[in-house]
Amino acid sequence: MRRGTMLLDILISGLISGSIYALLAISFSLIYGIARIVNLAHTAFYMVASYCIYLGIYKLHMHPVWGMLLSVIIVTLFGLISYKLFMDPIREHEAAVLIGTIALAMAMQEIMLLIFTGDYLSVPALIDGYFKIFSVKVFYQQLLTFVVALSILAALWVLLIKTRLGLAIRSTAEDREVANLMGMDESRVTMITMGISVALAALTGAVIAPLTTLSPFMWTHPLIMVLAVVVLGGMGSIKGSFVGAYILGFAEAIVVFVAPMGAYLKGSVALSIMILVLLIRPEGLFGVVFEEER
Amino acid sequence: MKKTTVSWIVLLGVSFVMAMSFPAWGADTIKIGVIGPMNFMQGKGHWNGAIMAEEKINGKGGIQVGDKKMKIELVKADSNEFINVTDATNAMELILTRDKVDFIVGGFRTEAVLAMQDIAMDYKTIFIGCGAAHPELCLRVAKDYKRYKYFFRGTPFNSTYLVKTCFIQMATVGAIMKKALGIPKVKVAIVAEKAMWVDPMIKAAEGFIPKMGMEVVGVWRPSAVATDVSAELSAIQRSEAHLIFTIFSSSVGIPFARQAGELKVPAVQVGINVEGQKDGFWKATQGMGNYIMTLNTYCRGVESTVLTKPFVEGYVKRFGETPTYTADTYTAIVLNLAPAIEQAGTLDAEKLIPIMETREFLSPSGTVGFMKDAEGRHLHDLKWGPGYLTSLGVQWQDGKLKGVWPNKWKASPEAPEITYKGIVPYKMPPWVVKKYKK
Repeated sequence: MRRGTMLLDILISGLISGSIYALLAISFSLIYGIARIVNLAHTAFYMVASYCIYLGIYKLHMHPVWGMLLSVIIVTLFGLISYKLFMDPIREHEAAVLIGTIALAMAMQEIMLLIFTGDYLSVPALIDGYFKIFSVKVFYQQLLTFVVALSILAALWVLLIKTRLGLAIRSTAEDREVANLMGMDESRVTMITMGISVALAALTGAVIAPLTTLSPFMWTHPLIMVLAVVVLGGMGSIKGSFVGAYILGFAEAIVVFVAPMGAYLKGSVALSIMILVLLIRPEGLFGVVFEEER
Repeated sequence: MKKTTVSWIVLLGVSFVMAMSFPAWGADTIKIGVIGPMNFMQGKGHWNGAIMAEEKINGKGGIQVGDKKMKIELVKADSNEFINVTDATNAMELILTRDKVDFIVGGFRTEAVLAMQDIAMDYKTIFIGCGAAHPELCLRVAKDYKRYKYFFRGTPFNSTYLVKTCFIQMATVGAIMKKALGIPKVKVAIVAEKAMWVDPMIKAAEGFIPKMGMEVVGVWRPSAVATDVSAELSAIQRSEAHLIFTIFSSSVGIPFARQAGELKVPAVQVGINVEGQKDGFWKATQGMGNYIMTLNTYCRGVESTVLTKPFVEGYVKRFGETPTYTADTYTAIVLNLAPAIEQAGTLDAEKLIPIMETREFLSPSGTVGFMKDAEGRHLHDLKWGPGYLTSLGVQWQDGKLKGVWPNKWKASPEAPEITYKGIVPYKMPPWVVKKYKK
């Protein structure tokens, strides 16, 4: 294989995988940054969203776009209810949140397993077909994922920097108690942030579902990668998540192209990079040094 | 406490232990444990095949055991072995200790079946494996017959023969490509999921493909549960492979076929893709799995023996889908266990094993017989080849799964040609023809 074409392959594959991880990691980081909730059920919401799209398209015979819209709405509502019932009461106890959210994710997995069984399902792409960049074939759906990842980042930036809600979110993230003393309804801000976070997870499910295979266990691998991305980028840092996602995406692509016999190790290599970075910079690339309380 | 009271307690205790230890011997039913990943296609096959067996046997009044008829009772055990091997061993322990089954059929992943096998052997219970292909399962029988003699392979034949059959099918397709497209030397990409049963197959493939006049251009090992293989497919395209030799038993078979179809990768797919054996494959790949070819046991419209059609059509009628090979729990119960029990007149494993290891019988997928190794030791492994089990080569052709192999196959120059009833010609994907046709 010529070196130039291999580099191009790595570049494109890395950008695509990185965009998928970025979409999930940004929304995961958002709720951690604001409410210090490590929501291990985050990718389970993405899994439920994928199944909702399947349900909408094949059982309710909806157009894929309407199916995706419906899934985002349903999963967002479900996420808010879950937050109110399972996370809000215990959010001061981080260990309890960890255990509670993983239990919630497993409950979602088992429910999906009961409803849809373990049979592998799929949904059609929003845009069929592929195009070529210098002889590398790229699905339109992958391009869409890349564009959506960038758009979401831009939209989040606008929301956080240019709006009053964004100011409230940033203030709450900075110091919850002071934000409360300044008259902000910290609980409401957290609830809204949770809604945005879950909606983004659902949107990710909507965009990625056509590129993947639906199974009740499809949330576990992305969760590991998302955790790796946010730890690598710095817990709670949206910019860090974005950069971390692409670093791991490129690491995976390099493994596949350079060591095809070890393609199954791509996840492990990505995680090893995370460990390596943490050894040098424990707070992650863009994270703040861990403190007892912020 | 009075002496009589103590005696009564001891007597009751002994009776209880005896009752718990030998319930089946005095019972009117034969308990058969069906173990498999019940939430997955493979486990459903195990269970459905066993249900058909139960209906058939009990419909006739049961199995003649000595002077009495005994009906069979199925005990379902979810091994969850795709997710957790420990769940599989726990399930095996449970059906042996709590349900006290007399026989066990099922199992799928070699990693899990090896562990489950040991547990069944501890309890000296006959276990007919209906899913795992690794030779080690049966080599254990030869190496330590006293301990492992209770294990028999029910389906599929071992991975050495699986790969041999795949090579024959690959050579057949390679020859078609050479002839139709004028490709002088077919380049092969080996793509195999990361799983234990695959490892010996890759070594064999790397050694054997050059001997077939083809060239190996690379080996890719994606995760068995990978959901995106577009990077691997890009690398395969760069390798300029004409043929992709797939070895997939898990979910990766779906995204691989789908993405290869969507990207119109100019290479045909031949080998094993267990998901491709399933009716739902077409929908799962959004129709992009067209033209993939896989080894298979059953295909609607193809008859390996006179028993194939009644079994396949009966299964389709009962469950609304074509059976996959794990549904051979039917063969294990109806055609293997039941006649052996009737012949022995007992459920005693020690008396059944000598009968089972020497019997040969016709099944829906071919004639079943058990091999011995080079030293003449029993392996309890399935015989392969013309006259025994050969399996099928099936191909998705415009939404329908068609049998394409064996088609005028000669196992040796002197051997007679074999073509099963219902076999149709192999079709090459149009984009492959377009790319290479001179």
